[in-house]
Amino acid sequence: MTKMAATRDGYGDALLELASNPKVVVLEADLGKSTKSLHFRKAHPERTVSCGIGEQNMLLVGAGLAASGYIPFASTFAIFTERAFEQMRNGVARPNLAVHVCGSHGGTHTGTDGSSAQSIEDLAIYRTLPNVIVMHPSDVVSTKVLTMQLAETNAPSYTRTARNKTPVLYEGRESDIKIGKGIVLSEGRDVAIVACGVMVSESMKAAEALANEGIHATVVDMHTLKPLDGDLIDHLVASCGAIVTAEDHSVIGGLGGAVAEHLTANTFAPLERVGVQDRFGESGQSDEMLDVMQISAPFIAEAAKRAIARKG
Amino acid sequence: MTSTDELRELARKCRVHIVNMVHRAQAGHPGGSLSEIDLLVGLYKTTLRVRPDDPDWDDRDRFILSKGHASPGMYAILAEMGFISVDDLASYRVLGGICQGHVDMKWCPGVDFSAGSLGMGLSFGMGSAIAGRLAGSERQVYVMLGDGEIQEGSVWEAAMAAAHHELGNLNVILDRNRIQNDDFCEAQMRMFDIPAKWKAFGWNVKEIDGHNMDEVVEGLNFLSSTNDGPSVLIAHTVKGHGVSFMADNPAFHGAAPNDEQYAQAMAELGEVVA
Repeated sequence: MTKMAATRDGYGDALLELASNPKVVVLEADLGKSTKSLHFRKAHPERTVSCGIGEQNMLLVGAGLAASGYIPFASTFAIFTERAFEQMRNGVARPNLAVHVCGSHGGTHTGTDGSSAQSIEDLAIYRTLPNVIVMHPSDVVSTKVLTMQLAETNAPSYTRTARNKTPVLYEGRESDIKIGKGIVLSEGRDVAIVACGVMVSESMKAAEALANEGIHATVVDMHTLKPLDGDLIDHLVASCGAIVTAEDHSVIGGLGGAVAEHLTANTFAPLERVGVQDRFGESGQSDEMLDVMQISAPFIAEAAKRAIARKG
Repeated sequence: MTSTDELRELARKCRVHIVNMVHRAQAGHPGGSLSEIDLLVGLYKTTLRVRPDDPDWDDRDRFILSKGHASPGMYAILAEMGFISVDDLASYRVLGGICQGHVDMKWCPGVDFSAGSLGMGLSFGMGSAIAGRLAGSERQVYVMLGDGEIQEGSVWEAAMAAAHHELGNLNVILDRNRIQNDDFCEAQMRMFDIPAKWKAFGWNVKEIDGHNMDEVVEGLNFLSSTNDGPSVLIAHTVKGHGVSFMADNPAFHGAAPNDEQYAQAMAELGEVVA
């Protein structure tokens, strides 16, 4: 039985461990129970700042703290970080203040709350901002490790976590996880599937299905979208010759966009992008959503075959 | 303690710098710089604990010019304080210049926040105030807001949160000059009873004439000594104050004087132009 856990719990665990650093401060916008910052609040109320339901203010309170030598971690739902995009742009990214924003409940996988809560554009918009690290970890372990590494960076960041449980992939492999470095989870020479977040385990399932048909896929967990691990992409092009991206996010501007940008500037390889097709989501269970959005394992496998067929 | 006569003379010199900057650049925001400058002179000379030779001193008081377009006023006082040189003022809006169009902490010593987009400074100031509290410091944070700026909704997110957290070290100076970009505030968006709004949000409130230096000093003293919660000094000012044709004239919110107007302004400010 595969062990399951939600990435948002990895965020909560990381904050608790980071609390030993007296400079770490947690900011909340009335969703600490959901984003999992509540554990930090319980243990360290004096270093937890309630910003009420006010995300714009929260991000800039973080900027003020960062400019005075503190390490602020601010969380709310991914979708609600977006209303503070200009604060992130002008007040955080532009002065390059290390405010760490965590958007939980990202993607259609969030499920039954429906389209108003399903951010499918967060990775795209934050990726456009200079200085900002953008991450979407796949499991609880990597989320914890990457969040803890953020405290050592001097750059602002946006990390998307997910509401629902996904397979635990990295227990005992913590040392493999580094900001900006993709992780090769399985190796094959026919096609490379580059995925992030909840789609990493879907990609593993797709690779198993492909293997049954004699197609051997490399699967990469590209938890960091920015800075993108371009060296790894180049290596995948050389070794596999065809690439599929898989994300629970719009096909515009997210991981697929990042890989496409890299390929056009460097080397040619057929690319198929699996993601939400320029539409909004709807209410449904998380597994149902991946099917409705046509991003679950069977769709990844089909995309892999299309990419292979396009090889020169 | 600097005498109010000396403060008035320094404010006059700063007004000359302001008009010089916008005339040289043929762009910029003279109106709001001239309305705020008496307050800035009072703040820097009598209240703010800063070190011009060590602008990043971590226990300094913070000053956040949230109305970041009124940068000529800030650059003028930074030059007179010695954070930058008077020669640096010529770099206003010039490629590579430390005096960027809107104040920028990455470019100019003594600037605590990169402003320019309205409604952001009070939130940043709140973070700075929490940092001071966490550090166990007595340092104060001062945020200058424009009156038009408080039409931004996020200002009130910050106002509510600052009172909730009882940030007695957070202070606002509101430059109530009654004019915003397109027109008089009254025409653009009536704000009704501004002191009552701040009081209702849990702030200590004092009103002054922002061009009467005695009242300015008294008002700043009110801010620095009132620490049972956040405080706001509502300074009634005249946009463009000190230059007759700019005063109370929406046209000079964001416009530079031509050569003829420049000569007149300099004459009114008691400067002889070669």
